[in-house]
Amino acid sequence: MSLAWHRKDFLSLRELSAEELNQVLATARVFKEILGRPIKKVPSLQGRTVVNLFVEPSTRTRISFELAAVRLSADVVSLDKDSSSLRKGETLSDTARNLEALQAGVIVIRHRSAGAAHFLAGRLKASVVNAGDGAHEHPTQGLLDAFTIQERLGKLAGVRVLIVGDIIHSRVARSNLWALTKLGARVTLVGPPTLLPREFAELGVKVSYDLDGQLEEADVINLLRIQHERMVQARLPSVGEYAGLFGLNLERFQRCKPGVLLMHPGPVHRGVEIASELADGTNSVILEQVTNGLAVRMAVLYLVSGGRGLGES
Amino acid sequence: MNEILLQGGRILDPGAQRDAPGDLLIRDGRISGGKPSTGAVVMKLDGLVVTPGLIDPHVHLREPGQSAKETIGTGTAAAAAGGFTSVMAMPNTAPVADGPNTIAWMRQRARETGLVNVFPTGAISLGQKGETLAPIGALRQAGVVAITDDGHCIQSAELMRRALEYARMFDLPVLDHCEDRSLSAGGVMNEGRWSRILGLPGWPGIAEEVMVARNALLAELTGARVVCQHLSSAGSVRILREARARGVRLDGEASPHHLCLTEELVEGYDTNFKMNPPLRTAEDVKAVREAVADGTIRFLATDHAPHCSYEKEVEFDEAPFGVVGLETALGVYLTELVHGQGMPLGEVVARMTYIPSDYFGLGRGTLGEGAVADLTVMDPERKWTVKKEEFRSKGRNTPFEGRELKGRAVLTMVGGEIRHDLDGRAPKK
Repeated sequence: MSLAWHRKDFLSLRELSAEELNQVLATARVFKEILGRPIKKVPSLQGRTVVNLFVEPSTRTRISFELAAVRLSADVVSLDKDSSSLRKGETLSDTARNLEALQAGVIVIRHRSAGAAHFLAGRLKASVVNAGDGAHEHPTQGLLDAFTIQERLGKLAGVRVLIVGDIIHSRVARSNLWALTKLGARVTLVGPPTLLPREFAELGVKVSYDLDGQLEEADVINLLRIQHERMVQARLPSVGEYAGLFGLNLERFQRCKPGVLLMHPGPVHRGVEIASELADGTNSVILEQVTNGLAVRMAVLYLVSGGRGLGES
Repeated sequence: MNEILLQGGRILDPGAQRDAPGDLLIRDGRISGGKPSTGAVVMKLDGLVVTPGLIDPHVHLREPGQSAKETIGTGTAAAAAGGFTSVMAMPNTAPVADGPNTIAWMRQRARETGLVNVFPTGAISLGQKGETLAPIGALRQAGVVAITDDGHCIQSAELMRRALEYARMFDLPVLDHCEDRSLSAGGVMNEGRWSRILGLPGWPGIAEEVMVARNALLAELTGARVVCQHLSSAGSVRILREARARGVRLDGEASPHHLCLTEELVEGYDTNFKMNPPLRTAEDVKAVREAVADGTIRFLATDHAPHCSYEKEVEFDEAPFGVVGLETALGVYLTELVHGQGMPLGEVVARMTYIPSDYFGLGRGTLGEGAVADLTVMDPERKWTVKKEEFRSKGRNTPFEGRELKGRAVLTMVGGEIRHDLDGRAPKK
């Protein structure tokens, strides 16, 4: 099966249909197979230019996108805030126009402001891929999480997923929420009310303030990073109290299903979101998430560049 | 002798309980009760409505100091085009209008370049910093009609109390942009379902309501007159209604955008939907509209806030708050309140004429004999489409671009001078 991809940009998972999500996942499966070969490179994007515009610092996502573009044989340029003119006060709009003038085919943007990818997409003929915009979405992370669950459990429909932690500030939580619910998983968000406002219950998921009450049913537990600096003011009394109430420790793990998948988008704070032993244990798929991220990003770059969907959806 | 005869319109002067077909004679800049002489210029207004000149108690003219955004000249041209003959200018200029010299400069500039009457307001605190009282007595002598730290709500309850006590001495109205900054901190849109979806920091209704409640208590304590500006939430309306029922001298404004636009418009991250306070929910819109209809909210105010396109064309959280309103306000009020919810035209006109004039002591708002000939001719049935490129304001930051409106000002007269003439009715000189 080979479906045309109709979107110029890849901005959020909320706007994608289940069919489109499945198309990306199927394409990613083909690329994952290629990544297992001795020669990992394909000529799909030969002669095309991918610009990684990382206005907000990020090492792992940037490297993942860079490597994905290289594996597809694209020419890759990476800019961060310090190496671009944004540092000198140039507006995002002007930076975008300059990139357009250089005839970049795909612009991958990471930005601290929600909506920054939409902002570029509306102004450029180039394809824009959102690599994380503020607290809005991180669509390739949402997809790689869905990919990982599907690969490990063989399905997404009916799978019970807990997403635990700082939901309000998390673009990962939002992208996961849309991808997983559209593909039939049953999602429960867990955290203290200061980090998990009640309006999330209007978005097709359950909201819980009690991790212990949710453990036994869960097939997947996705633990989000707690950002100490920002949190410990009005939203949390202390990191220690958070770990006590919402950290996945060994005692809690004993009450989970034996095959529960433990996920984390990284970087992990060992002993806060998850016990160190569990992060390294057999239930943890944290490093598989990183590997799968490469396949998913290859799929996204390939599709927005005009590739037809690959594989069986 | 200079005479203009407006012939065959519907004269609607709510302050004088007048609403009947008739002619109106303007002689040497004032409304005359006499007979027109043979030399009078005659303008036929069949099917049109003649009202006292409209008043907007909340605009940002940006001069001095921010003339890339707007000037007194362009802002008052926009006012005239929208049917307004008087505007109250907010003091958040550069420098801040917190002393008599700046007020005097603004009034002089308005005499030289303004197309409508400009009534300045002065700051409550020096530099609008919320720390030290501005020279309120000197500001009043310089001609301010109210004081306000608009955009910079005074956070200290103690300073606000003293400002009200002091202003009470002159019975000078105090206008407050109600925002508890500890609750709204960093917020750029309504806190709720859509801020969660879009990942934008929320500015919750409660941040406004806390300050409306504070102002109700302080107005009651001090006896001062307080206007809560551009109310956006159902909770604020409830507090205002309760305070007014107790006889507290508390009032509220409603802005065009809060009468008809809601938070989901932010979905595309278009900064023309970013204003302070933010667009809220359909329930809030309903509450604000009801409050205007039942008289709980007595003022209609645009909060006309022009910005340069390059300032607005940035990331949503980086963009300045504010939208223009002078050239679309009347159309929005008529479309939404009169045609949309059946509010009598006279009730809407009242809130834009004699009510603000009497409250702020502007000496306008009537078509009675001898009154200054500030008047607006409107066609309440006229359909038109908002096109920002046609604005006389320098600001293009409208949330109403492309919107179909019903009702428009076709002629605006200030002191007997025609300042806006949409269809070219006035004879060529």
